[in-house]
Amino acid sequence: MPGAIYAEGLVKTFGDVRALDGVDLDVPEGSVLGLLGPNGAGKTTAVRVLTTLLQPDSGRAVVAGHDVLKAPVQVRRSIGLSGQFAAVDEYLTGRENLQMVGELYQMSSRSAKARAVELLEQFNLTEAGDRSAKTYSGGMRRRLDLAAALIVRPPVMFMDEPTTGLDPRNRMMLWEVIESLVAGGTTLLLTTQYLEEADRLAHDIAVVDHGKVIARGTADQLKAQTGGERVEVVVHDPALLGTATEILTAFSKGGSTVDKHTRRITVPVAGGAKLLAEVIRELDSRGIEIDDIGLRRPTLDDVFLSLTGHAAEADQAVEGEASEAAKPGASAGAGVGVVGTAGEENK
Amino acid sequence: MAATSAAPKLSDAPVPKGGIVQSVHDSLVMARRNLIRMARIPEMVIFGMIQPVMFVLLFAYVFGGAIGVPGAGGDKTAYREFMMAGIFAQTVTFATAGAGAGIADDMHKGLIDRFRSLPMARGAVLTGRTLADLVQTALVMVVMIVCALIVGWRIHDGLIKALAGLGLLLLLGYAFSWIGALIGLSVRTPEAATSGGLIWLFPLTFLSNAFVPTDSLPTFLQHVADWNPFSATVQACRELFGNQLAPVPSDAWPMQHPAWASLLYSLLIIVIFRTLSVRKYRSAA
Repeated sequence: MPGAIYAEGLVKTFGDVRALDGVDLDVPEGSVLGLLGPNGAGKTTAVRVLTTLLQPDSGRAVVAGHDVLKAPVQVRRSIGLSGQFAAVDEYLTGRENLQMVGELYQMSSRSAKARAVELLEQFNLTEAGDRSAKTYSGGMRRRLDLAAALIVRPPVMFMDEPTTGLDPRNRMMLWEVIESLVAGGTTLLLTTQYLEEADRLAHDIAVVDHGKVIARGTADQLKAQTGGERVEVVVHDPALLGTATEILTAFSKGGSTVDKHTRRITVPVAGGAKLLAEVIRELDSRGIEIDDIGLRRPTLDDVFLSLTGHAAEADQAVEGEASEAAKPGASAGAGVGVVGTAGEENK
Repeated sequence: MAATSAAPKLSDAPVPKGGIVQSVHDSLVMARRNLIRMARIPEMVIFGMIQPVMFVLLFAYVFGGAIGVPGAGGDKTAYREFMMAGIFAQTVTFATAGAGAGIADDMHKGLIDRFRSLPMARGAVLTGRTLADLVQTALVMVVMIVCALIVGWRIHDGLIKALAGLGLLLLLGYAFSWIGALIGLSVRTPEAATSGGLIWLFPLTFLSNAFVPTDSLPTFLQHVADWNPFSATVQACRELFGNQLAPVPSDAWPMQHPAWASLLYSLLIIVIFRTLSVRKYRSAA
């Protein structure tokens, strides 16, 4: 049985650009698919086709049991869409916005009104509910937009880069809302260029580039595909880089990568935290002073890099993960190092 | 954690009724949205009223003394009575620009994707906007009528006929707002829709019987003016308001049966431009 969202061979061209170049998707009911890719990869086009906003040149798509081309109205009844830009009327109040959308979903004006009250409460907008949306902050608009998409509790939700442009606090808040939604059984297709976001929210991930799905699987599967854990060491004294590399290579599953400029050594390992402790003891006993050390599990950044040979929207990704920089073992602090490492590995 | 029932989860959304009932309902919901917006941006409505009032005063006092009207003798107020139908008609056609700008503005915001992803009637976004513009046009008419009465315009053939004339004016305005809708859907910015909605209105409204008697025009332009849809409404109003002093100087069918011509022209414009606009709205990516 096809899933709640099913697509087969979707193609859509704009002039010379093949925005979708044969995309297949299958999202089982109640699960979350993360469509991951850089700007211009075709994520938004895919969402627009699946939400009946755009007709594909060829291919077939079924959403909530209805064909998007043959029964668009039935599809629209069953979906909620939260697009890249908060789709609210800024001159209407939050309450009026929600009520309007409810009535356009063909709810009676009374039940639309009641549902608006509920949603304002749920999204912490009750106080601002009678102010025009113009006065809302970016995060509030996003919440209102999401609330509007949820008016009829649609079984299938589409969210196109739901947290782009939000500050970390609002992003966390939205993640929690999305998680509770999914816990309630909603099927969700989410596009994002934040690898961290796909990792946290999605059960399955489809990596999209140039209109094609170039990899799919769970976050763990994709990471395993890229390679296992690594130990990363930053040596204090550049003169000891050679010795340190020798020591680390002894623990390695295969080779090492050295970035002389940042004095960083990376080796693939198996053995986790226990091994890390051994590495530290060994380095210490040989009198090598280290500035930083960590056990790094591959991130989706690495996955993307190894699949496409280019970073996923480098500056955006760095910005998106800036909050992670402080955590040991996180990738963001090693932003530059990541590029260097993968480049070596690809050879 | 997630509810894993075998039966597919259903939406809370009621089954769309479809057809004309839903179309009317959705259009009214959209019209209400546009009216709320107008009420919250009152400067737009106010500017929309100042311009026609200015026109009434300018034409009445600047041209009023200079342009002679057939059949009026030396009566100075005759031109005011003559041109008022023309100014009324010109003003209702300015709704084109408002509808065009409003729709162009909507089309380039994320909101339109929301509307297009909802199980709502396809033409409702556009119909709602044109209906709201009709309300605004009606308000402008009220202000203009008061103003016209002050400068000496009167109706001479009774209230019923005058109301029929007003009805034709509003219908013309509604028809023109559909032309505006198509312009709004065809351009990239609201500014372009405003100017695109206005520039052709000047030749259209001046190459008519609105401000000068057509027998003063060169023969070729006289034909253009006689068959101009705009002239039909002006002529119809002039007669329904009792402002036509001399016999109409033309045997062209629209000038002989101006009320019918006005009605037909307006309905034709609505059918053509509504069809084109809704089609364009649906295919807009």
